[in-house]
Amino acid sequence: MADLETFRAETRAWLEANCPPEMREPVRDEDDIYWGGRRARFKNAAQQAWLEAAIAKGYTVPSWPKEYGGAGLSPAEAKVLREEMARINARPPLSSFGIWMLGPALLHFGTEGQKRRFLNEIARGEIRWCQGYSEPGSGSDLVSLQTFGEDKGDHWVVNGQKIWTSYADQADWIFCLVRTDKTNKYQGITFMLFDMASEGVTTKPIKLISGSSPFCETFFDNVKVPKSYGEDVPAYVGEINRGWDVAKYLLGHEREMISGAGGSERAAAIGAAMKRLAAKNGDEIDPVLRAELAMFDVDALAYAAMGEKFLDEIKVGKAHPAQPNMMKYVGTELNKRRHELMMAVGGSRSLEWESEETGGGKPARNWLRTKANSIEGGTSEIMLNVISKRILNLPGA
Amino acid sequence: MPLYHNEDQAMLADTARSFMAEEGNIAKQLRHWRDLGCKDGFGHALWKQMAEMGFTGILVDEADGGLGMGHVEAGIVLEEIGRNLTPSPFLTSSVLAATALKHASAELKGRYLPGLIAGDSVFAVAIDETAKHRPSRIATRAEKSGNGFRLTGSKSFVIHGGSADMIVVAARTSGADEDDEGITLFAVPKDARGLSHDHVRLVDSSMATHTKFNGVELDGDAVIGEIDGGRAVLDAMLLAGRVGAAAEGVGVARGAMDMTIDYLKQRKQFGRLIGEFQALQHRASHLYSEVEIARAVTIKAQQLLDAGAESADLMASVAKAKVAKAARLAVQEGVQMHGGIGMTDEYDIGLYMKRDRALAEFLGDAYFHANRVATLSGY
Repeated sequence: MADLETFRAETRAWLEANCPPEMREPVRDEDDIYWGGRRARFKNAAQQAWLEAAIAKGYTVPSWPKEYGGAGLSPAEAKVLREEMARINARPPLSSFGIWMLGPALLHFGTEGQKRRFLNEIARGEIRWCQGYSEPGSGSDLVSLQTFGEDKGDHWVVNGQKIWTSYADQADWIFCLVRTDKTNKYQGITFMLFDMASEGVTTKPIKLISGSSPFCETFFDNVKVPKSYGEDVPAYVGEINRGWDVAKYLLGHEREMISGAGGSERAAAIGAAMKRLAAKNGDEIDPVLRAELAMFDVDALAYAAMGEKFLDEIKVGKAHPAQPNMMKYVGTELNKRRHELMMAVGGSRSLEWESEETGGGKPARNWLRTKANSIEGGTSEIMLNVISKRILNLPGA
Repeated sequence: MPLYHNEDQAMLADTARSFMAEEGNIAKQLRHWRDLGCKDGFGHALWKQMAEMGFTGILVDEADGGLGMGHVEAGIVLEEIGRNLTPSPFLTSSVLAATALKHASAELKGRYLPGLIAGDSVFAVAIDETAKHRPSRIATRAEKSGNGFRLTGSKSFVIHGGSADMIVVAARTSGADEDDEGITLFAVPKDARGLSHDHVRLVDSSMATHTKFNGVELDGDAVIGEIDGGRAVLDAMLLAGRVGAAAEGVGVARGAMDMTIDYLKQRKQFGRLIGEFQALQHRASHLYSEVEIARAVTIKAQQLLDAGAESADLMASVAKAKVAKAARLAVQEGVQMHGGIGMTDEYDIGLYMKRDRALAEFLGDAYFHANRVATLSGY
């Protein structure tokens, strides 16, 4: 414990010295988030300085081993770092699907060569990855995916279409589920890695009800994917035809992340802030709405305790392996409810779509965005199926 | 502190679980005493056994002969009481009254704690004066009378009031009914002259009283804590009681849920187990989520209370409200998913519904505590 307190003091001093004041402001716009990649541009010098300091310290991916660009922090140390960053509202220096998704898959399934190359690129923010999972005909029933890679000896020729590929139009590389055996549903999928600049890859942003386009359709037209990128760097994670194992592992991880990452926001009470918002608009909160806010705060604060318990139990292997599904289900439903209430308190002001006062329609756009929470990464209904089957052991589930 | 039971607590939970399942189960206790029409509504023999386990003095300081444990440990016992619907004076005696007595004189402690620890005494608390929990308003008056006080007024929903050897009474020694200050707590012995009870059996078969204080003469040494400064003791007692009631509610919720999920795996209709139907699977999974969360926030409240954290008060109300909602869902889904037999007295699921109703009302329901969360949060 004494060591941990020393670590806390050091971390606090390091953050004080290295996290610029501008990076301690709440994220207001999309470009306040630094995603990295070949095409990335810094919004300002502070963002660059913060990233460079974090890379040098291994703090873009603090839990990863040092040889792969991390700081090799223990879970307890990583928690201290999270707490100290939260204390000063420090923004993450780097955000990416490489950090959240591909990295954990490589740490678990990757070869040494893959780890050295790809993890370091991710840790330094050099390559921005996107995830190719869903297809037009394969949403909740993901394993039915049809994008096919024809075996040509030393390479595959990939044809097909992905959908809901987050930021595919801005990504450098894709980790992609590709069918490599049409005769075997579960053991006929390969978890491929390839360059989005490859010939035959095109992307088309999808405009959402919120007006933004974070997702794309991604088309593969005779894309040539080599099977290897050099010694001990295969172009697939795990084994050929066993990509579903990797995908399942990552889906679990994604649900954990969705349930954990948005946790602090989703778990926060809103009633007091809503009272201030109403006052700012010259209004008072209707008693029935106040009652709903109170019930929401009860649920949100209770969920916060559950989140804390869940993280504590994960650390010592006490959490049920399917528990992330429950966290994801409750957390996303709660977030949708939160934004419904925020819209209600905001009244007609929150309907404004472009006004300066609303930062370009933030309340309405954010409200609409939350509707995807219970769809992406496995719908609420799929989460309930998984809880039924794996936690409650209900028959035929 | 991690938000799960440490090794000692896990051991205690094992012990409490098997003991309460064996000795405190529905057939042996709740149905037995109910069907006999027992005027106490609980069994003294079990209370004595719980004393032998050390449970009755679990919150009492070691210096006073107790186990000196905290609210996490008390909650472990309460969860098992809830799961088995065990009629027991544990919550009123070992949590509420025991918490009040922490603030009492050595003389009062010496008078009451040995009986509690030995399982020979039962205590009650008299707070509410109307049909809803509203501890901000105390109209029962205690006026100076010689060296002591004369108590006049009436209290409602005094659980185990008729069986109690001593009742902790919140009374007003100065000020107006709604005043925060001017409250004093008294330890009123059962044989006090002028004390009378109107006994009522409640929906869950527990016994309560409407208790009248008709000029009850009390010695000055019956005062718990400071004269006119009883609000702090009352608040401490309520805080412990609410966290305790939440823990018992978690047990009720889990008991009802487990019974219901078992039933989904046994009952066949249309040639299939009804647990195969997605309509029921999704409701069961939603229920599971709510109950898990209610349990998590209850442990959080227990830990904060044990750590003496200021936020324990808010979290206690969050827990009490969340548990009330989750347990209500558990018993309603329980009866509905059991179908017709859920309505029969023969099946236990209906007993869970009755107990939840009474327990949720005790020390403030979900509405009271959600309102309190809002008030404490500044809106």
